[in-house]
Amino acid sequence: MVCDICGQTEATVHLTEIINGKVTELHLCEECAREKGTQMEQHFGISDLLAGLADLSPDVEMKQDVVLKCNNCGMSYKDFKKIGKFGCSQCYESFRQHVPALLKRVHGSTKYVGKEPNAGEYKVVRDELQELRSKLQIAIEKEEYEKAAQIRDEIREIERERAKDEEK
Amino acid sequence: MKKSNVDILLNQLGAWLQGTGEYSDIVISSRIRFARNLKGFPFYHWASDKKREEVYFKVKEAIGNIPDFQNGIWMDMVELNELDRYFLLERHLISKELTEKGAHKASLIGDREIVSVMVNEEDHIRLQVLESGLSLLQAIDIARRIDNELAQKLDYAFSYEWGYLTACPTNTGTGLRASVMLHLPLLVLTKQITNVINTIAKLSFTTRGFYGEGTEASGNFFQISNQVTLGRSEEEIVENLLKVISQVINYERSAREKFYKQEKLSLEDQVFRSYGMLKNSRVVTSKEAIELLSNLRMGIDLGIIDIDIKQMNELFLLIQPAHLQKLEGRKLNSKERDIKRAELIRNRIK
Repeated sequence: MVCDICGQTEATVHLTEIINGKVTELHLCEECAREKGTQMEQHFGISDLLAGLADLSPDVEMKQDVVLKCNNCGMSYKDFKKIGKFGCSQCYESFRQHVPALLKRVHGSTKYVGKEPNAGEYKVVRDELQELRSKLQIAIEKEEYEKAAQIRDEIREIERERAKDEEK
Repeated sequence: MKKSNVDILLNQLGAWLQGTGEYSDIVISSRIRFARNLKGFPFYHWASDKKREEVYFKVKEAIGNIPDFQNGIWMDMVELNELDRYFLLERHLISKELTEKGAHKASLIGDREIVSVMVNEEDHIRLQVLESGLSLLQAIDIARRIDNELAQKLDYAFSYEWGYLTACPTNTGTGLRASVMLHLPLLVLTKQITNVINTIAKLSFTTRGFYGEGTEASGNFFQISNQVTLGRSEEEIVENLLKVISQVINYERSAREKFYKQEKLSLEDQVFRSYGMLKNSRVVTSKEAIELLSNLRMGIDLGIIDIDIKQMNELFLLIQPAHLQKLEGRKLNSKERDIKRAELIRNRIK
């Protein structure tokens, strides 16, 4: 049996496709099968999933999505929702209103913790909350209660803000 | 077949397959990958040909001076034929995405295939460090050093709020994917593996097969990696992964001990049967070969059979389609490959 697509090479891959209830059988050579395979993979991939996640807003906002554009690369928010990938690093800023919710869904967090690229050595971008907590610990150990209370209030303030962010 | 740069690799075995390093009876390899991008330049999928070319040369120039790549092999994907690209994919040096058609994509491969860089993949830069055994800490040290040097030469897309900005939001933050490849025959045999995988998933780690993204685990090989890249530092990500991995290693170890005591004969039977099949088969599909080789590897680890582990690891690499064809120096259809594969295994296993 020869390949249904190129009609030249011996078919070694046999596929059954069901589209809208219609069954089609395909007999393909390896090369054509591979190409076909890539096409099929593209039908539903991670980008579709992400695009789904990005689609947080009701249909009413669709118009805004077309208007909302990255001034650096020209990608609209509608494009992003379709593709599931940003167009350039500037898009993060351009689509700022949507980015935190998206990152939250993907990573469960919206705050970067990790290294900073810099001429020379890495610097740690500190989590301010963590830092305050260790400061609080030190203040308590040193019995500097007035200072500790001040730090405690700062921590509460940040926690309250973050909780508010999370509700959004 | 025209000789290409790729042929240099044909006669060497990447460092990650040396079978050395900690826990190398269970852990095949450790991998660190950083995703990095140039500020302001569109990502590959969204860029014009001109922009893609600019990124290509900017990165090429910046990497050229880094000592780790002193004797590196730079490969422009357009200059490679499909077989060569698949050959690199099978060696875990490039991704599926890089093998796909498109200009200005490249791969730079450093000494012993430990360090490599993909240019113009989904992100502008994908830096990879691949080592044998459980060596994530070692690998991330190397990756960081190179990343540091690159950061001095290139203007990275980075925000204090969200970290490294990547094309896909699944990589935003550290841009770090740390992964470990494990051989877990006894967890599979004792049917505990599904449980293990499910538990790992709950801790937001992913399990994949030997051949990377989107593949099913075969031959009892599993690749475990972090899923979350934002909200946790590089250290935390690696430490958490190490904790999970050491648990899995313990499970596999105790399953090996227990089962070998209880079912000594049946395990030995399985190992020697696989040996017999590999020594005598005339036609072997890659799926079957991987399964049999996996059994043999288990036999080596349990001290049932004495075969050089390095040689075994090499076979896992060489039995893949593109490798077989490169070794043979010509294109082979799948039937021819199954015959050549059987021949290769018969000749190599002593």
